[in-house]
Amino acid sequence: MSLLFSKVSLGIFSFFCTSCQDVMVAALDLGMEKVIVAMQDPDMGVKMRNQRLLITVIPHAMTGRDIIEWLVHKYNICEEEALHLGVMLVGFSYIYPLKEPRLLVLRPDDSPYRFQTPYFWTSTRWPASELDYAIYLAKKNIRKQGQLMEYEKERYSLLHKRINHTWDFVVMQAREQLRASKQRRKADRIVLECQEQAYWLVNRPPIETWRRALGRNRVKSSICLEGFLKFSEQYQNHDPIMQGCLPSNPWISDDTALWTMNADTVPTPTRLRVERWGFSFMALLIDTMGRREFMIYLEKEFSAENLCFWQACEDIRHGESSKIVEKVDEIYKNFLAPAAACWVNIDSKTMTKTLEGIQRPHRFVMDDAQMHIYFLMKKDSYPRYLKSDLYKNMLARAIIPQETKKSVFPFMRRQRHSSPSPAKAATQEDGLVKGSELAGTSSAAV
Amino acid sequence: MFKNDFSTPTDLECSPTRDGGTQMHTVKVEQSHKLEHFSIRSLVTDNPPLCKTRLTSARTNKYLPDVRAHTRNIFSEECVRSTGAVMCDQTFVAVTFGPCESCAKTSPLMNIYIKTEPINYCSFCVEKMACQGLQAGESLASLKRESATLKKKLDEERNKLNDVELSKVAEKVETLSSLSIKTRRVLKGHNNKVLCMDWCKDKRRMVSSSQDGKVIVWDAFTLNKEHAMSLPCTWVMACAYAPSGCAVACGGLDNKCCVFPLSMDPNESPVTKKKLVAMHTNYLSACTFTNSDMQLLTSSGDGTCALWDVESGQLLQSFHGHTADTLSLDLAPSETGNTFVSGGCDKKANVWDMRSGQNIQSFENHQSDINCVKYYPSGDAFASASDDATCRFYDLRADREVAVYQKESIIFGASTVDFSLSGRLLFAGYNDYTINVWDVLKGNRISTMYGHENRVSRVRLSPDGTALCSASWDTTLRIWA
Repeated sequence: MSLLFSKVSLGIFSFFCTSCQDVMVAALDLGMEKVIVAMQDPDMGVKMRNQRLLITVIPHAMTGRDIIEWLVHKYNICEEEALHLGVMLVGFSYIYPLKEPRLLVLRPDDSPYRFQTPYFWTSTRWPASELDYAIYLAKKNIRKQGQLMEYEKERYSLLHKRINHTWDFVVMQAREQLRASKQRRKADRIVLECQEQAYWLVNRPPIETWRRALGRNRVKSSICLEGFLKFSEQYQNHDPIMQGCLPSNPWISDDTALWTMNADTVPTPTRLRVERWGFSFMALLIDTMGRREFMIYLEKEFSAENLCFWQACEDIRHGESSKIVEKVDEIYKNFLAPAAACWVNIDSKTMTKTLEGIQRPHRFVMDDAQMHIYFLMKKDSYPRYLKSDLYKNMLARAIIPQETKKSVFPFMRRQRHSSPSPAKAATQEDGLVKGSELAGTSSAAV
Repeated sequence: MFKNDFSTPTDLECSPTRDGGTQMHTVKVEQSHKLEHFSIRSLVTDNPPLCKTRLTSARTNKYLPDVRAHTRNIFSEECVRSTGAVMCDQTFVAVTFGPCESCAKTSPLMNIYIKTEPINYCSFCVEKMACQGLQAGESLASLKRESATLKKKLDEERNKLNDVELSKVAEKVETLSSLSIKTRRVLKGHNNKVLCMDWCKDKRRMVSSSQDGKVIVWDAFTLNKEHAMSLPCTWVMACAYAPSGCAVACGGLDNKCCVFPLSMDPNESPVTKKKLVAMHTNYLSACTFTNSDMQLLTSSGDGTCALWDVESGQLLQSFHGHTADTLSLDLAPSETGNTFVSGGCDKKANVWDMRSGQNIQSFENHQSDINCVKYYPSGDAFASASDDATCRFYDLRADREVAVYQKESIIFGASTVDFSLSGRLLFAGYNDYTINVWDVLKGNRISTMYGHENRVSRVRLSPDGTALCSASWDTTLRIWA
């Protein structure tokens, strides 16, 4: 435990320097402040007592152990987390150590700690510094015409000695700030009103969006939520982080067999992969091999033109802008023209609209037709494919990989082989970079 | 390198100067600029100077010194060196005094923005201007009333179909035991905070970008660095791998997004063949390719998102609606593939139609900036991570927030989220250097992943779900499995 905490604390400390500047922010501060305020609660807060530091007795102090125990108890967390949180609180100087004050770490033992005064909380308006404090005291001095508290008088003179070279500045700042605050008080009401007005002018409420939102169709919660449950359940066995994967997770075993077995094109796919084709139409189309199998099935059914049409439309949507016109032309010739070789069956309304749009071709001109064909395949061809012999045979033939045997020498790591970079593969072919690869290039997981 | 000297709260009980500069330097700057407190050192280093006026509350200070980043309450060097030009863009509190730009009287000034242009008027002139700005027939009161009633109606509509809560429905699902997930790789090579990363479709390569302008393409499996590029701008906040694996896109403080083709030819550096694609008027916060290498979707600190044609650099569609910096976006994995979600500093998460540019859905549930948004694998929902230390889950078909992932002991903002392959687990990276794993359905935290030594800026699941990569301000990336 002590090793852990020293590693954590040193780690925190060494990086605190770069991080502290970056992390002292308001949203965080509110959270930390809540914790600190709760800790200082007279009834439910941390036990405070007079701590002995060498020969001095420090009042209102607590031990590191008390802090950890209180955090564990209050937030119902384990000691490791409480230590982590406590280290943060000390790191941001809401709590400071009395022994070895230069090292801002939290020790879960008898070391004494105290709460920082709110004036110096990182969240307060004043970026704390000696100068700041000097200005604050100077203002108070001017306002109260010399009637400062005893300890304040001491500090004032101490500061005067320490930063004497800036004292003119300090006094000037104090005077200016007092003047500004006086003026603010007079103009308060007007200023606040104007602030509000200016805010509303600059940040007009999104009324148009809200009007549209009222007209939306919404689905009952029970239906939607069941959907999430079903999805997560369906994919649970396919989730490597939750259930592991066969033959093994390459990151753990250093064996890339999993990736080899699930490459884009393999002679025989894995069982889980083929199962996924049955989860949803999109899952089938996204998988290169799945799409190819589906195409073979459609060819048997003499409806392959649907999938070809869909692919061509995808190509327009995601391809180069410069090629849109020629691609739309191709599609018309091959799929939509009256005597087209692969004529697709679209309802007349969509056909009319599409033909009109072709006069002025743009990226989304095929969208309606594409969607029509997509849902046609989804409702009709896809369910039949899943019941077909083609799919069932594929499922039966699919491999269930064997778990990778653990190495005989568990401490010896397997050699990690590199793989050809996708960049290299492309540039080798005609020196042209293959740009318009569609969504189907990614083979699915296990 | 210890940049801060923690001279202690001894008898004076003073906290250290935030940037570690010495008092001497601090004064020099202050004299020209009355109310600012940071040293020359912080002005010239890369680290963001914490620039605040003493009279405004501390605001989030994510990114950097840039004259256009005023919406985040950050001040540029110019602004600091000029006299009297201090802005509080959020509270509009009068913190400077000087001559009013309208009536020329010296008085406490209000600094407000009209379409990102800062102006300094005294309060009386602001009032005059405010009244002129309204449309005929509108009064501020009427606008306020209308928006309030609409909002109320919208909430009522949403609640009508809310017949059951997720926690109730999830009762029948079995509880998950703690996850045994460990660091399997640590990628070292960056010299400064790693801000973003993205996986390649080959499941093992990735690209990462950092604050020092370096973009590295790794084979994470072998820890090999395959390409390294140095960008002229520091703070490369966004990077993305092209679907074909042949290019990467990145950008950041330079307000641009460039596409770099990757070639294995050692004589060719990707930088020489770079292609400028996107141009914004503020920093680039996120970018992603759509389903091909030909289109790029970006979001920016100027509050807009945009869709670009990579080949020509043409703007295909722009998306307006956020009233503050847009920090993150994600493409929907849905069948029709036409929507994406974005999250911003205005606490809103907006869903957009890519074809028309319209904002089709909007969710405002968070209490602070939304740092990251990510779709659920089925595309029917998405999650968001925010500075308010919570992550939330939104159902798109029911049009409402269905779960909040929070714990009293978690007080640091969440900066990034991603789902596991089945959507059952939600990995969230926080500013307290940890990654918490949540059960999406039951809403409880399953485990915590410790290891990073600074803020976690990005977590991403590999394309086949076998590993999670986390990028952090501690200059490393970790692979967990």
